[in-house]
Amino acid sequence: MAVTRQVFDAVIVGGGGSGLRAALQLSEAGHSVAVFSKVFPTRSHTVAAQGGVGASLGNMQEDHWLWHMYDTIKGSDYLGDQDAIEFMCRKAPELVYELEHFGMPFDRNPDGTIYQRPFGGHTQNFGQNPVHRACAAADRTGHALLHTLYQRNIRSQCQFFVEWMALDLIRDRDGVVVGIVALEMETGQVVLFQAKVVVLATGGAGRIYQSSTNAYINTGDGLGMAARAGIPLEDMEFWQFHPTGVAGAGILITEAVRGEGGILLNALGERFMERYAPNMKDLASRDVVSRAMDQEIKEGRGVGPDKDHVLLKLDHLGEDVIHKRLPGIREIAIKFASVDPVREPIPVVPTCHYQMGGIPTNYYGQVVVPRGQQHAEPVPGLYAIGECACVSVHGANRLGTNSLLDLLVFGKSAGDHISAWLKTHPEQRDLPRQAETLSLARLRSLESDEPGESVTQLGAEMRRVVQHHAGVFRTEALLSEGVDKIRVLAQRANQLRIVDRSQVFNTARVEALELQNLMIVAEATLVSALARQESRGAHARDDYPERDDREWLKHSLWYREESRMAYKPVNLQPLTVESFEPKVRVY
Amino acid sequence: MKFSIYRYNPEKDSKPYMQDYEVVLQSTDRMLLDAILRIKALDDSLSLRKSCREGVCGSDGMNINGRNGLACITPLAGLTEPVVLRPLPGLPVIRDLIVDMSQFFKQYQSVKPYLVTHSPAPQKERHQSPQDREELDGLYECILCACCSTACPSFWWNPDKFLGPAALLQAYRFIADTRDESTRERLDDLEDPYRLFRCHTIMSCAEVCPKGLNPTAAIGKIKAEMVKRMV
Repeated sequence: MAVTRQVFDAVIVGGGGSGLRAALQLSEAGHSVAVFSKVFPTRSHTVAAQGGVGASLGNMQEDHWLWHMYDTIKGSDYLGDQDAIEFMCRKAPELVYELEHFGMPFDRNPDGTIYQRPFGGHTQNFGQNPVHRACAAADRTGHALLHTLYQRNIRSQCQFFVEWMALDLIRDRDGVVVGIVALEMETGQVVLFQAKVVVLATGGAGRIYQSSTNAYINTGDGLGMAARAGIPLEDMEFWQFHPTGVAGAGILITEAVRGEGGILLNALGERFMERYAPNMKDLASRDVVSRAMDQEIKEGRGVGPDKDHVLLKLDHLGEDVIHKRLPGIREIAIKFASVDPVREPIPVVPTCHYQMGGIPTNYYGQVVVPRGQQHAEPVPGLYAIGECACVSVHGANRLGTNSLLDLLVFGKSAGDHISAWLKTHPEQRDLPRQAETLSLARLRSLESDEPGESVTQLGAEMRRVVQHHAGVFRTEALLSEGVDKIRVLAQRANQLRIVDRSQVFNTARVEALELQNLMIVAEATLVSALARQESRGAHARDDYPERDDREWLKHSLWYREESRMAYKPVNLQPLTVESFEPKVRVY
Repeated sequence: MKFSIYRYNPEKDSKPYMQDYEVVLQSTDRMLLDAILRIKALDDSLSLRKSCREGVCGSDGMNINGRNGLACITPLAGLTEPVVLRPLPGLPVIRDLIVDMSQFFKQYQSVKPYLVTHSPAPQKERHQSPQDREELDGLYECILCACCSTACPSFWWNPDKFLGPAALLQAYRFIADTRDESTRERLDDLEDPYRLFRCHTIMSCAEVCPKGLNPTAAIGKIKAEMVKRMV
């Protein structure tokens, strides 16, 4: 197969919120940028974010970035890096105002300012009481944000490669990232893209779970690319289970429902969160609420014939509030749960939602790896932003509204850092010879005549294993069995076969490549989870129920080679303020 | 459940054909997309776009029993059999249920779908009253699925000259935004026998919109703005 080549200053893999924010920064600065996306950019999963973007604007109540910072650190169960968290929370208002200037249709207060609603774990005055911090466009904040950013990129005439899938990173002999190998879906052709900088912005990989709020495209392609290129994945044991996925369907019901006053009820009609989080109640952070729900169900107070879910009641908010602030939720509840929330509660269950871990980076978005005595040395030419990256601002548990904030802040920060770097680095480095070899071999293997594995079947097995062995509560026995199973499946993923061998829009081929990426993420998850012998944030071990700061106040690093674990310290030193020392976490 | 699905692979088919499928559904299969994916598990050559599976990304627009809609939010329960699935009408077919949407996006991009301002931005947000913000409801929620434009006869005849309902809805979204400062240029740009005025108020767009939006109403408001500035 003849492989052609194109050249850009920067290549961005992923056209969701973070990729578009970085692209905007670079294209407005006049650099040649190519954005690759498996789907038309406005179909990226950022579009499904509902509740809001967090920023201490203080439009409705007194607020301060330092309180936001404290909440984020506490929410992270002290695993978040405090330099990055300070950076994000301080920048938040500026990024939200900027978005408003781009045309984002935020809801408004009577005085014309941006409407803000309360959200889980966000408080005034270091945990005292809930605060209105989530800047919202009804319950379609992600949709409004993604479309606004795409529209702004039309204005800056950014170049898009739509319905292209990035296959692999290209690193030269010195380990410098010099481009990517990518597949055009419409034609099936493979092309080399040479670039001074590659930015991974591929989102999360929540599709490793059977029950997930994530879109079909969330397959961890950037994580697969990084891991295949020898880069470790950080904190992959930490997956957020959103308390309110529609039971059975897995569709997200935003926390904004509880922010607006909705409550969770068990089979006895009891508002059980009062027992688990006396102060914040239903607005405790997500890991706390999900565990409480799981506990209620386990103790027999679940709802329904199988007692397998709880109820989210919001009819008391009144039709007006629901119509004005939560219209999308009403639509979802009617379509996917056959209930009209104006009258009846919605059946909900904790559902995999967000990947706290990812490709290790610093707050400029540079990918960083241990080298010699240093634990965070930049990989030249490579950046990662958004959900696929681990900065780490979310640590062991992300607060709601901080994901949209993360992709804005670090998308822009990476864009600025790259722009400055490009100005002093006019030269392209050479591509190594036959940079496409491994990618082409992987493609060829899918069409081998040897007997092999079905994508549908192996995918289903993987999702079952991850769901069962790495769920809300974990134990040594569950996890080690899960590791054994996933290793077998990962081996089998090398023998995937597709029946369809055509070139034009071969979605079977794309799904096979996606499954190979998912399998890497699944293995990283199980191996990292087995290794961490403590409970912290979203990683809850029945056999190690306490947080253990002496042994485990550190980030996990999983290397694909030999599936080996390493660790690096948490950065407890903020940029300008005093450190927040780890404390017992009560809501 | 029985299906009849439009198939076309340019590499091997000289012309499109309809293929029949019968598939056993599980109790958890609620929406049309669930059923299509059961079929795809048996025949991996069946091609379609899909992503969010909750009606917000706009990927899986198709013609379902003669009517445009999103497979992921079309309940299986209400469908008569065999369920006939075709690509969105009026656009070139790339393969099976996948159409070439370039023309559709080109029209969208041509209306300058972004806020244009000349006055310097304030330190904080630009203020907008809740009433002014409400003017954007029913406009900004568009997911660009193209169900409306590909249901519009005027768009079928002149996809290169008539903007189509989706692009016009976005044109009005910025005209209606009190923060935008180029209403005059926007209206000038639409003052054309084709771009706007090929809409004959057939209302197919509003009828099929999976998000319940009404492009015809928005087009009417653009026309009203034009009349207003003439008097």
